Amino acid sequence: MAIIAIDQHLDARGLACPMPIVKTAALMKAMAGGQTLEVVATDPGSVKDFAAWARTTGNELLESSSDGATYTFVLRKK
Amino acid sequence: MSEPLNLVLFSGTDDKLTAASVLAAGAAALGKPVNVFLQYWALDAFRRERIAVDHGLAPEAGAEGRAHVDALRAAGQASWAETFRQAKDLGEIDIEACSLSMDLLGIEEKDLDPLVDGVEGVTAFYLNAGDGQVVFI
Repeated sequence: MAIIAIDQHLDARGLACPMPIVKTAALMKAMAGGQTLEVVATDPGSVKDFAAWARTTGNELLESSSDGATYTFVLRKK
Repeated sequence: MSEPLNLVLFSGTDDKLTAASVLAAGAAALGKPVNVFLQYWALDAFRRERIAVDHGLAPEAGAEGRAHVDALRAAGQASWAETFRQAKDLGEIDIEACSLSMDLLGIEEKDLDPLVDGVEGVTAFYLNAGDGQVVFI
């Protein structure tokens, strides 16, 4: 996998639904188009939520992975 | 996603208000406008003096349900009021008090938490709801 430069980080560990998405959407609003955000979450629902959120808002989900305990997402603002 | 989500909140218990705040915040994150219409006991829960108190749970929660809710809260889950606040910062969420319920409870606009944007009747609610879904909680 190509190495992606990350512009911003969000630690959403321990946050229950829908806060990982709410905080992501708020942070992305303040970012410039083309910038990337890495989010780390522990809410299992976030896997489908981030995919659905990216599809609906038009932002790109570059990565969605899990190590079993945490979920990592990389998004690029459209 | 341009049609609004319209939530009619009737129940004033913390579990139902939390579920409503989650629906509102999710819609806000997706850029979907949300109209919230507060009736009866939900309106009572939005009173400035009472918004932060314990509003109990729906009867079906029982003692076991109470324990689950308390555990999630202890783990740092945001209160419904805080979730509504963050959702309002993020998106287009209009929270209106039902004027009939204001009369019923004998309260005025100044008695309501600043989360509430105003007072309206059911006709204004339907007008703003457009063709969007109406959900009653």
